Amino acid sequence: MIDFFIQPFIEFEFMRRALAGCLALSLGATPVGVFLLLRRMSLMGDAMSHAILPGAALGYLAFGLSLGAMTVGGIAAGLLVVLAAGVVSRSSVLKEDATLATFYLLSLAAGVMIVSLRGNNLDLLHVLFGSVLALDDGSLLLIAAIASLTVLALAALLRPLALECFDPAFLRGVSRLSPLAHYGFLALVVFNLVAGFHALGTLMAVGIMILPAAAARVWARALGPLLAIAVGIAFGSALAGLLLSFHADVPAGPAIVLMCGLAYLGSLLLAPDGLLAGRLPIRKHLES
Amino acid sequence: MIRCDDLTLGYDRHPAVHHLSTVIPAGTLLAVVGPNGAGKSTLLKGIAGELRPLGGRIALDPGGRATLAYLPQRGDLDLSFPVSVFEMVAMGLWREIGAFGRLTAAHHERVRAALAAVGLSGFEARPLGSLSGGQLQRARFARLILQDAALILLDEPFAALDARTVADLTRILLDWQREGRTILAVVHDLDLVRRHFPACLLLAREPVAFGPTAQVLTEPLLERARALSEAFDDSAAVCHRAEDAHA
Repeated sequence: MIDFFIQPFIEFEFMRRALAGCLALSLGATPVGVFLLLRRMSLMGDAMSHAILPGAALGYLAFGLSLGAMTVGGIAAGLLVVLAAGVVSRSSVLKEDATLATFYLLSLAAGVMIVSLRGNNLDLLHVLFGSVLALDDGSLLLIAAIASLTVLALAALLRPLALECFDPAFLRGVSRLSPLAHYGFLALVVFNLVAGFHALGTLMAVGIMILPAAAARVWARALGPLLAIAVGIAFGSALAGLLLSFHADVPAGPAIVLMCGLAYLGSLLLAPDGLLAGRLPIRKHLES
Repeated sequence: MIRCDDLTLGYDRHPAVHHLSTVIPAGTLLAVVGPNGAGKSTLLKGIAGELRPLGGRIALDPGGRATLAYLPQRGDLDLSFPVSVFEMVAMGLWREIGAFGRLTAAHHERVRAALAAVGLSGFEARPLGSLSGGQLQRARFARLILQDAALILLDEPFAALDARTVADLTRILLDWQREGRTILAVVHDLDLVRRHFPACLLLAREPVAFGPTAQVLTEPLLERARALSEAFDDSAAVCHRAEDAHA
């Protein structure tokens, strides 16, 4: 038992690094995913994760597999798409979802093409699916720094962000923080997608954001517990995914995201607000 | 006091409120009445600063918009968000606690008092989404109480509520008036207006009448408001008065 759960991490440094990276992602990216879910922007997170690809790919084209270049490129591309999508949807008949779908398709196509200009298929796989089992010091520090920044920023923005989610008109009435909450939050999404990109790749980064959030949503009816449960599910899934990857010799990134998916399906089946809602026998109503 | 000078408000250059010039003294409890599409909500949005005037100006004093509270119609609220009644109502203290301030014991006491004033004692921990329509409106009024505003704008606060809820919320309006606050409420129930609102603004795109309720809610003026708004074809909503003036 101990051999199965503990041994891989005692024996191999790369497993310890992967675990540390996943812990940081669970603490940073997952709470951001909870707010994406609550703002009904889950698909937008997915679109954004593709939008950072061409930026990271340009960094790769210029400097090879360099952490700094790909990070800067990814963040720049992500922020650019957030702003562009905002501008286009405000000043044309296209709604934000249509605009984001457009940007995401173009970004994915451009990104894959740029990577293949210089690299081989292995590099492309690295960019698309990440390399959680090969995190070096630099990547680990970057992921941890972004997670720390995210936790602090969410703590500071919590009140305006929550109001922006459930009563935006009221927030506009009492405060000028509404744009800061909106764009600050989108910037956090981009930062965390870039952090997730290094570990899980552009295609999988959004998995550890949205899936634990969706799984936790059917268990919790208050924001605090929702955030805590989501973080717990994310880290538990990451641990399970790493072990699955180690013992069954499968790629770690997809294994982690599949474990998140398993937690989601299990929650849907078991939780009071999941699929069971409305199918349980009616409980006798409260009487005094 | 609210002063409107030749105020025109609208969307996409189509005016919805025309050439409104009026002065609403501080401490007034004013009902804004008129047919659907008469520009009542638009006027409130304009005063609240959500909509920039197409022409003319609005002046508020004293304190301007810093002491204004605006209750829009219900549409914007996301009731699936996991927030409790207490947390939602406590946001009425925003001007005191801001984005980062802590809720002190005194604040907790005031939130509970506001909930008691609207008849929602004991609902503190309930999720917002579990409230009925009437209870939700009571909670929104509790938040307004905590906002402690000198000027309160209410857009159809009594829509789709039962008689008892309307009576309870009306009592809160009257309390506010006694405390010297200025209140503008869009109301459709003319009997309610006659019973409780001393002043009335009858609107049909342009102001039809403004003054003491008994002089405004007369059959000839109401008939005129109906006729004016029926004559107004939305697709042709351009201001003929302005064109006449230019001609």
